[in-house]
Amino acid sequence: MTSDSHADGGAHSSTGLSNNKLGMWLFLGSECLLFGGLISTYMLYRGRVGAGPRPSQVFDIPFTSVSSFVLLMSSLTMVLAVSAAHKGDDRNTYLWITVTALLGATFVGGQVYEFTAFYNEGMGFTTSLFSSSFFVLTGFHGVHVTVGIIMLMSIVGIMKRSKVPGSKAETVEMIGLYWHFVDIIWIIIFTLIYLIPA
Amino acid sequence: MTTETHSTTEHGMSNAGYVRIAAILAAITALEVSTYYIDLGALFLPSLLIMMAVKFVIVVSYFMHLKYDNKLFSWVFYAGLILALIVYGIFLATFHFFS
Repeated sequence: MTSDSHADGGAHSSTGLSNNKLGMWLFLGSECLLFGGLISTYMLYRGRVGAGPRPSQVFDIPFTSVSSFVLLMSSLTMVLAVSAAHKGDDRNTYLWITVTALLGATFVGGQVYEFTAFYNEGMGFTTSLFSSSFFVLTGFHGVHVTVGIIMLMSIVGIMKRSKVPGSKAETVEMIGLYWHFVDIIWIIIFTLIYLIPA
Repeated sequence: MTTETHSTTEHGMSNAGYVRIAAILAAITALEVSTYYIDLGALFLPSLLIMMAVKFVIVVSYFMHLKYDNKLFSWVFYAGLILALIVYGIFLATFHFFS
């Protein structure tokens, strides 16, 4: 780690690494266990449809594919925001963060539409073990995306008021790590839940 | 790590490089979706799981910079991931998911 990073970053541990970054990676490692539990529970119950519809009867693969593509592209705009922040380019940092938040909001909007469509097709939260585990898993993911959008919009506001404690670039990078994590969880959900039939 | 290597490797990719990575991810996603419509027989499940793993590693390595960052971050993250795989692999096996 460099003297540069020490100067513009937050507190650093005896390893020379940023405490914030280490803390974020520890948090993301622990999140693997949370989503692992939710995904496993879904895998176990996806065939338990009872009197409700089967996954193949309600899933709209073209629609979810577009949603997945939108979230994937938000990872690109997020990494461009982090890159701009490291270059000290505030204008492009705000721009890419805002685009990322908009793409995230599009994804969440798609999820709300999808949930509504499922409900109208007779798949409510308590219809079956499949529907409960599906809504809990994808709902938790949607909440994570929503929290990410709130963080993105908050950091734009805080940065514009020049009230970021420590390094701006590191703060944007931390939010970026969270955002990419939400994306990789969706990569798993999209394959295991949507593309692999029960 | 020296000042020079830190500044050139930690965020080592150019914006064009990130766009190329995103294009690769989009192409893999298109291939994944195509498996839903094309009958691949016995290759269906392995091919989907491999493509999912490749996309996961690409995002973690390049977009999350683990490839360029200190190895301790990789250890911390992959330890959580591997622990989750082991714990829930055992959980699913207990409920005869794989049989």
